[in-house]
Amino acid sequence: MTATLSIIWTLTAKELRVEARNRDVAIAIVMFASLVIAIFAIAIEPTSRNAIETGPGVLWAAITFAGVVGLTRATSHELENDAIGALMMAPISRDLIFFGKSLGNFLFMSVATAIVFVVFTFMFNLPVFRVELIAVSFLAVAGFACVGTLFSSLTFRARAREVLLPMLFLPTVSPLLFAAIRVTAASANQEAWSASLPWIQLAIAYDVVFIAAAGLLFGYVLDD
Amino acid sequence: MPPLACFSDTFSTIEARFGQLISAETSCNGDRIDNYGNSERLNRRFSVGIIKFNSRMVLHIATLVAMVFALWMMFVWVPTDINQGVVQRILHIHVPVAWGSMVAIVGVAAASVIYLITKNERWDHLAVSMAEVGVVFGAVMLISGMIWAKPVWEVWWTGEAKLTTALILFFIYVAYLMFRAYFPPGDQRMRLAAIIAIIGAIDTPIIYYASVLWQEAHPPLVVGPIAEEENLVAAEIGLTLLVSVIAFTLLFGSLLATRLGLARMESEYESLKFEKSRTVAEATS
Repeated sequence: MTATLSIIWTLTAKELRVEARNRDVAIAIVMFASLVIAIFAIAIEPTSRNAIETGPGVLWAAITFAGVVGLTRATSHELENDAIGALMMAPISRDLIFFGKSLGNFLFMSVATAIVFVVFTFMFNLPVFRVELIAVSFLAVAGFACVGTLFSSLTFRARAREVLLPMLFLPTVSPLLFAAIRVTAASANQEAWSASLPWIQLAIAYDVVFIAAAGLLFGYVLDD
Repeated sequence: MPPLACFSDTFSTIEARFGQLISAETSCNGDRIDNYGNSERLNRRFSVGIIKFNSRMVLHIATLVAMVFALWMMFVWVPTDINQGVVQRILHIHVPVAWGSMVAIVGVAAASVIYLITKNERWDHLAVSMAEVGVVFGAVMLISGMIWAKPVWEVWWTGEAKLTTALILFFIYVAYLMFRAYFPPGDQRMRLAAIIAIIGAIDTPIIYYASVLWQEAHPPLVVGPIAEEENLVAAEIGLTLLVSVIAFTLLFGSLLATRLGLARMESEYESLKFEKSRTVAEATS
């Protein structure tokens, strides 16, 4: 168990080291999401009334689209100098490669999402920092990272992968997107915790099912 | 060892039993294929007088007869619904195509799981054929549903759970076909496409549950005179619906058989192309 965690952490540390050196993924996500939020803020001109109706959807659409951009960048590193080929030669199980890469993507996306929340709060003037929102954001980003890592590994050898990744990723993560939007709206409306509970349960179920399924199927993705 | 390899023996036995059923269209091992992708081993030929038939032709003829009969029932025989009027007849097309697309989702997932375990490409042929027919049925389902919804609900689209689920699943299976179109042919494409199909199937109940939760927050926009009491023509409508489901199921099978034949030919073409390139490479070296 310790050895397994050590391998996963080694792979995650590799991802973090690559990101620390070229700073591609987190900056891409933050800048793209901020840009989307800014464009919507200009188009909608948020007031105290319409901000609650439109804000949650804008926030999570921005994070999801930016997540796709970040995942595309994260995977393109692996194509340079056939880095993925070298990774596959390592004498470790393929599912550990998946968990290492997913954890790396989760960390980048978490940091980026936290910054995007601050940008959103200023642009839409909505105080959204509540415990249930932090919980659902954590679960949503974990699911995005897991499904995104699987699909970006699936598509990186395909033609037009920039089109394929969002086509596969967005409908698949739609339950998480619904949950995140609904809990954000409940937080903005200062609703009771019980209003968000079914959505948090849904997000937990989604993450458990998809982390297990993606871990099981990832061996086939990198199979020669 | 791949995670599902432990089931390999079990599935080999199941495949030996049931594989015959689909190998009519997909087996390429020592079996002659005609210009229409027909397998000679199981696509049996027989004659009635001077007319020669094969089993696929019989399926097509049965589909034609059933479709004509179902169209007559839904447009001529069945009385007009007293509540919804003539627009209710759309449901005799909408429900059977919805049924066909749901069968396709289950079929694609099942064929994909069996492909990953057995690595036999005929299961991949079945999966892609079902996905293509399923996407066509899904598109007809969405369009016919919208045409029905406009006069009855007064909107083309609403956040109703079944609508949202159907739309998202449609996009997932369109993405599945796009992936196959953008990826170079070969074992890797079959394997990765199977993974996408399995993920799509796993996602289906979660999407539905999420859509139901979402709908609770948004009440359905049902407006107009939809009566609560029992419908007086329910028996005729029910019978017409049953006949049209049978007719559309035959249509599904007919289209699937044709697409499987095409998949066989594509596979043959790819292997011939590979053989040719290898021969050329050997000749030049």
